[in-house]
Amino acid sequence: MSLRKSHELHQRRFSRNLGVGLTLAAFIVIIFGLTIVKVAGTDFGMATQEVQN
Amino acid sequence: MSDASFNASTVAAQPRADEASFGDYFALLKPRVMSLVVFTALVGLLAAPVSVHPIVGFCAILFIAIGGGASGALNMWWDADIDKVMKRTKGRPIPSGKVEEGEALALGLALSGLSVIMLGLATNWFAGAFLAFTIFFYVVIYTMWLKRLTPQNIVIGGAAGAFPPVIGWVAATGSMSIEPWLMFALTFMWTPPHFWALALFMRSDYDDAGVPMLTVTHGRRATRWHILIYTALLATLAVGTSFSGIGGPIYLMVAVVMNALFLRGAWQISRRSEDDAEADNFKVERSFFKLSLLYLFLHFGAVLVEALLKPYGLGGWS
Repeated sequence: MSLRKSHELHQRRFSRNLGVGLTLAAFIVIIFGLTIVKVAGTDFGMATQEVQN
Repeated sequence: MSDASFNASTVAAQPRADEASFGDYFALLKPRVMSLVVFTALVGLLAAPVSVHPIVGFCAILFIAIGGGASGALNMWWDADIDKVMKRTKGRPIPSGKVEEGEALALGLALSGLSVIMLGLATNWFAGAFLAFTIFFYVVIYTMWLKRLTPQNIVIGGAAGAFPPVIGWVAATGSMSIEPWLMFALTFMWTPPHFWALALFMRSDYDDAGVPMLTVTHGRRATRWHILIYTALLATLAVGTSFSGIGGPIYLMVAVVMNALFLRGAWQISRRSEDDAEADNFKVERSFFKLSLLYLFLHFGAVLVEALLKPYGLGGWS
């Protein structure tokens, strides 16, 4: 069955899809925040020096 | 749910009674159990003698909670047959027909993998491995193997529920010590009297489902004595914890008061006959069950308060 954009299935499942969308968005924000914290806590100067040595 | 059954001409544009909403999938994660996991893991994380970046700490608790939720979904997948029989569980998403068993399995497996990997990346792989072991223990050792085999199922299952503070501690420190295991032991010893009290007043449920609860295999009198014995052991452990690295005067005060109340409740349960219990609709058993919820919350709350006061030179015995 092909689903067009205006199909009522989209309306019926709107709350479920919204929940999944918001969960995924929150996950992206969390991963971004975690990445910033991890990167900020890494001493790249020392790592670069080790590679050069 | 399958879209094959969809009929556009007869269905209104709102969720159908047999169609899962987002909340039904969330219910697969056992939110009430998750709240206990979140709280105890948070206490484990904050009681550890290492400061954790708030974002890292938040992620650690979140992924531990998701791991706990994943085990809940896998538990519901495996136990769908007995959940249909028991009054307490027949409204769950699978027995009510809103979510298919395969969906619960897929969600449980996906979230298990995600939570373990993300906890490992966010904190350390020791914590990730510990979370993986906890999920394995709850789903395979408890749910699949021992729950339907032995009347000690609640004791063994209690271990799975007791791991979160240890995972929280390991996430913060990357190592192990005696203190998180005291928190583990507290939850572990608390679980049997908590669930056996429930089994006493939800009596037909476990009989109907054929789950070998102590009330079914050894009788209700034996269960009452078991509650008293476990409560006495728990009280010794809980008060003794006051003098460890996570204890202190506030914890000691809470432990003495709560364990006196808990012991009194267990004593009353052990002295009651079935006729007494029937006469007042299990009033004592029900109030003991409610008290058990407050008991665990206040003990972990006291550990948390002691930990939060330490930076100001107030927590603990020093």
